[in-house]
Amino acid sequence: MKSGVGVELEHLWIRFGDFVAVRDASVKIEEGEFFSFLGPSGCGKTTILRTVSGFQDPSEGRVLIGGRDMAGTGPNKRPTALIFQNLALFPLMKVWENIAFSLEVRGVSKAGRRKRADELLDLIALPDQGDKLVDELSGGQRQRVAVARALAAEPQVLLLDEPLSALDLKLRQHMRTELRAIQQRVGLTFIYITHDQGEALTMSDHVAVMREGVIEQVGDGKEIYDDPATSFVASFVGENNAFSGRVTSLNGSHAVVDTEVGALRARIATAARGTLQQDDNAMVFIRPESLDVAADGAAGDHTLSARVVNEEFEGQSYHVFMEAGDGGSPIKMSLTNRGQAHISSIGGALTLAYDPDQAVALPQGALSDQE
Amino acid sequence: MAAAVRKFIEKNGVGMAVFMTLAVTFWIMVLIVLPQLTMVDFSFRFKLPPDAIGGPQDQWTTTNYEYFIKGNPGNSDGWNRVDVTVFTRTLIAAFFVTVFNFIVCYPIAYYMAKVATGGWARMLALSLVVPYWINEILRAFAFRIIFGDAGLINTMLKTLGLITDSIDFIRADIALYAGLGYAYILLMIFPLYSAIESLDRNQVEAARDMGSPWWRIHWRIVMPFAKPGITAGCTMVFMLSAGALAAPQILGGPSSLWFTQIIYQGFFEYFNWQRGAAYAIILLGSCMIIVLSLTKLFGGKMGEIGR
Ligand SMILES: Nc1ncnc2c1ncn2[C@@H]1O[C@H](COP(=O)(O)OP(=O)(O)OP(=O)(O)O)[C@@H](O)[C@H]1O
Ligand SMILES: [Mg+2]
Repeated sequence: MKSGVGVELEHLWIRFGDFVAVRDASVKIEEGEFFSFLGPSGCGKTTILRTVSGFQDPSEGRVLIGGRDMAGTGPNKRPTALIFQNLALFPLMKVWENIAFSLEVRGVSKAGRRKRADELLDLIALPDQGDKLVDELSGGQRQRVAVARALAAEPQVLLLDEPLSALDLKLRQHMRTELRAIQQRVGLTFIYITHDQGEALTMSDHVAVMREGVIEQVGDGKEIYDDPATSFVASFVGENNAFSGRVTSLNGSHAVVDTEVGALRARIATAARGTLQQDDNAMVFIRPESLDVAADGAAGDHTLSARVVNEEFEGQSYHVFMEAGDGGSPIKMSLTNRGQAHISSIGGALTLAYDPDQAVALPQGALSDQE
Repeated sequence: MAAAVRKFIEKNGVGMAVFMTLAVTFWIMVLIVLPQLTMVDFSFRFKLPPDAIGGPQDQWTTTNYEYFIKGNPGNSDGWNRVDVTVFTRTLIAAFFVTVFNFIVCYPIAYYMAKVATGGWARMLALSLVVPYWINEILRAFAFRIIFGDAGLINTMLKTLGLITDSIDFIRADIALYAGLGYAYILLMIFPLYSAIESLDRNQVEAARDMGSPWWRIHWRIVMPFAKPGITAGCTMVFMLSAGALAAPQILGGPSSLWFTQIIYQGFFEYFNWQRGAAYAIILLGSCMIIVLSLTKLFGGKMGEIGR
């Protein structure tokens, strides 16, 4: 089996008539890594993948695979294999024929094809299922057949377009681990598309977060989660409480922002260092798990007060839902259950505290509209 | 059974259920079964003067079928050379018309279903349908003119300097085959189109992504998927070509007969309806056998035609 090669997008633009689906995307994907594109529906993920696989020509910019410019190279000539959003298995062929289709194209004898198909069926843990029709398999099995079919083509880059989106949660989690294991075993470059951030964070070496055709941030999971580059990334990846206001003071790596819940101090995100200025419109993001009930008498720019609206007990944690003032922004706090008594009464006021290093200040920008 | 009937009545209401039952019975009995049965009955009887019908002479017989094989008693060949030759030639010609029709229509149907988009696709469909607003007989005459001695095609070939003397397309039966092919083009294109239309575009792209050349994509992905449409289209074109009358009458060469013309002669020139009926049933039966065995050969099921 061949090993992976790197993929580079250089100032990629893709237009459909007047509509810009991808806007100046540049990203460098290393060989053998698991790279994800994460973004809401319609942000241009599939379009990027189709461009890498050769079904879509860039309007501007270049795609390099293994350092070679791919302009003018058709999908059947590229060292990529695409797993489609709907899998696109061939329903009239048996499972093993599906898997061996690329070998059939290359003129491998029937015995050789069957042998290779059986090897791959072993790899995806579906031995002896080769003579079934695709329709006779379960969703997760079909998914694995699609992976095997793509691997049979001996690609150097495997492109996966939300292949798990049709599966239920349990199977999805199982398939995630399985995919990741296959990737580590075969050492290919995986480019994975998803709008599920949990999926992106658990599986990937690096994640690119997209919004409306623009790549907003590229980084590993921890960077994306802890140090978002834009307010969109901060609100899209994981849960976040957002407070907007104006920067009243800056000191080194921290900013104080005057918001509806008072002055809040937060670490300035790496991407905003040097650009965020005094008096700018800014936003402070505090994760639910970074909030805690303040000690008695605590006050200052790392505290805020809120009114409790609701509380959910989930076993391992409490979620307390609050609002800032009367009808103000919603605030969520998640506390690990350590056997403490309920801390709040609905309708009551509560003072919350947080560690300013775990809150992030960013220039004002669009938020994700997902709940 | 009784439960099924009750459910049917409950679902549709008594009035509607009765009406539907009557309508379907009428359709099947009066429009399908009775005419065929009458024909079958006819084909097994002697040709008798009207006053002998129902008399002692009016008995079952296989004379009409024997005549198809043997011809007139004591003819020089010992078998019915003319009728059997015409019959065989008709079936072979209809077969090739069907194959040719498929070869022409498949790319058009694929183009309409998967390549053309929006207004252009509708234009294309319309331009295919419009010629059929004209009566079949008039269309055949138009072909006769186009393929005639001084017709469009001969004139064009002469102007291009490819030929010096006119080609007699009519005598060579080229006009006939072209006319027959054209007559049923829609019946081929539409089943193909609707079958191909429902094919997921990603399947074609997946095959291409795995390095497949275009012909293999069609052979392995598109055609197997469109098999019900192919079966339906080819069946209709074959049956109708073999049973065509207008095109052979108008476009056929002077020396070549189509089997339907012999049937027609049986009915209206010799007034031998019994023999005409027997011939019609021979044609129908043979066509059905051919279609069924070809479908079997290509691994399809007849049930798929209705899909
Ligand atoms: N062939 C096309 N012609 C016109 N517009 C297109 C075409 N393909 C995609 N688009 C548009 O480009 C945008 C991005 O589409 P894309 O399929 O890449 O989204 P996506 O991120 O994959 O979304 P999803 O998560 O829903 O699959 C969409 O607004 C879509 O309408
Ligand atoms: Mg998509």
